[in-house]
Amino acid sequence: MAVLSTPRSAVQLAGKGQPVREHLFRIALISSLAIAFIFLAALLTYVLVEGWPRLDSRLWENMPSIRDPEIAGAQSAITGTLWVISLTALFTIPTGIAAAIYLEEYADKSRWWNRVIELNIQNLASVPSIVYGILGLGIIARALALGFSVITASITLGLLVLPVVIIASREAIRAVPPSIREGSLALGATQWQTISRQVLPAAIPGIATGSILALSRAIGEAAPLLMLGAVSFIRFNPDGVFASYTVLPIQIFNWISQSREGFHYLAAAAIVILLAILLLMNSAAIWLRNRYQKRW
Amino acid sequence: MAARHSATASGAPSSLARSRPRYGEALIKAVLMLAALVSIATTIGIVVSLLEPTLRFFTEVSALEFFTSTNWGPLFEPPTYGVLPLVSATLITTGIAVVVAVPLGLAAAIYLSEYARPRVRKFCKPALEVLAGIPTVVFGFFALSFITPLLRGVLPFEIEIFNALSAGLVVGFMIIPIVASLSEDAMAAVPAGLREGSYALGASKMVTSLRVVLPAAFSGIVAAVILAISRGAGETMIVYMAGGGQPNFTLDIGKAMQTMAAFIAQAGSGDVPVGTVDYNTIFAVGSLLFVMTFLMNLVSARLVRKFREVYE
Repeated sequence: MAVLSTPRSAVQLAGKGQPVREHLFRIALISSLAIAFIFLAALLTYVLVEGWPRLDSRLWENMPSIRDPEIAGAQSAITGTLWVISLTALFTIPTGIAAAIYLEEYADKSRWWNRVIELNIQNLASVPSIVYGILGLGIIARALALGFSVITASITLGLLVLPVVIIASREAIRAVPPSIREGSLALGATQWQTISRQVLPAAIPGIATGSILALSRAIGEAAPLLMLGAVSFIRFNPDGVFASYTVLPIQIFNWISQSREGFHYLAAAAIVILLAILLLMNSAAIWLRNRYQKRW
Repeated sequence: MAARHSATASGAPSSLARSRPRYGEALIKAVLMLAALVSIATTIGIVVSLLEPTLRFFTEVSALEFFTSTNWGPLFEPPTYGVLPLVSATLITTGIAVVVAVPLGLAAAIYLSEYARPRVRKFCKPALEVLAGIPTVVFGFFALSFITPLLRGVLPFEIEIFNALSAGLVVGFMIIPIVASLSEDAMAAVPAGLREGSYALGASKMVTSLRVVLPAAFSGIVAAVILAISRGAGETMIVYMAGGGQPNFTLDIGKAMQTMAAFIAQAGSGDVPVGTVDYNTIFAVGSLLFVMTFLMNLVSARLVRKFREVYE
């Protein structure tokens, strides 16, 4: 009777044997996680402390310079980032969603070519970003003769994050229950009417979240653009898709390569701006997910 | 039976079969498929852009020299083309990264999957995602101007301003989220029945985690680690900024080293004329890096499929 009145879970029973070892193990696990978080906190604090004094209107009002860290700004890099990312979004989001619709709604999984497409997307998601730089250099900049321009950078970054958009969109589409499709088809809608009026509206929050996360990855990407002509100091804002350009991560990299101390603080200040943009985008993604996510 | 037969034969409106093809629908399907084929075109584009200059490279430089010589100086006079220093630098920095990321990431995964309360997990997982979302150029800055001076202050031996140790450490922290989140997925997929069986036999929580859950999730964990290694080996900005730009065939982690990715970034950002050996060298190293990471990704994808088959 006494036993029944104090039911103990398996978890509590488990801890009895060697309490000291159990305890140490648990502490080791928690400290591992803590080390990762301490690293993250140290990084953010360091960047903020180093960048704070230099974080003022000079950053977005002035153009980059390697002569005087006091008057140098990042305006052309900020506008360049906006240009490149807008074009990337324009190219990669429709393509990614279309590919996801094809794979989820149309593709016959028993056909070998559809399995190849699927495996291929998985592999592309983990190709090093510098290899995309080689693709951009060899094919887009040279073979397609688009040169070192905003459009070359956008297509390259678009291809780089395309697998992320496709994978996220597929998950969102898959989460729409089949009964919605069946209901629509039973009422006489065609397959495309079913997809465009029922499935896609229901999947939009998931697709939007995934797309924003993909774009935030593209914003921080520097390695492929090193090979695509973003390296030089550009003292004008891009005025079209074929213009020369620079972007924030590359500008940061350039300033870090300078030996004078002033550029170190300038780089840190630009990093704060870059991280602020990313934070804004990620918050938007999380907000979208929480606000519009449907539970079926 | 008879009714159905007559309906199909006469093509009466009672038939559910489509009376005429819908060209609009077919067109839409074709357009969507075209979008899916962009990914195939990307892979073909990567292979084509790598292959042609690589083949041209090997008409001018012997494969024997490329793979066995320990001198890398394609831009010097006379040029030397031994890729081993780049490969060893890549292996060393990735090795350091693995030493950091695997224990920490795995421990974090065990904690999140087996120990943490739902509320703790709900906070910790997004926080780890923040670490994964930091741009690599920021990690590079942190490695060069914070971690390296820190190491120079506390380590008993001398290290250079650019060194493999600092680069490898920071790459390790960068790939912790990959190890942790994929391993946690694998452990979460282990059926609760296995844990309960272990507890019923009197095993403690630690023993259950280490001897039951870990082995059951092993292929998933290996897949996560391989994916993380491939990510680390292909990482460019951190190793370029903190590891330095001199090829160095050495085991001394306190020295500057140039990895394959860092060489591609360095040589590719200069103005190299198309068609020269220097230009082709970038693609030859790129091919090697692509093949290495591609093989790792294939193995990883296979293992992930395997562990999914077992428990789902």
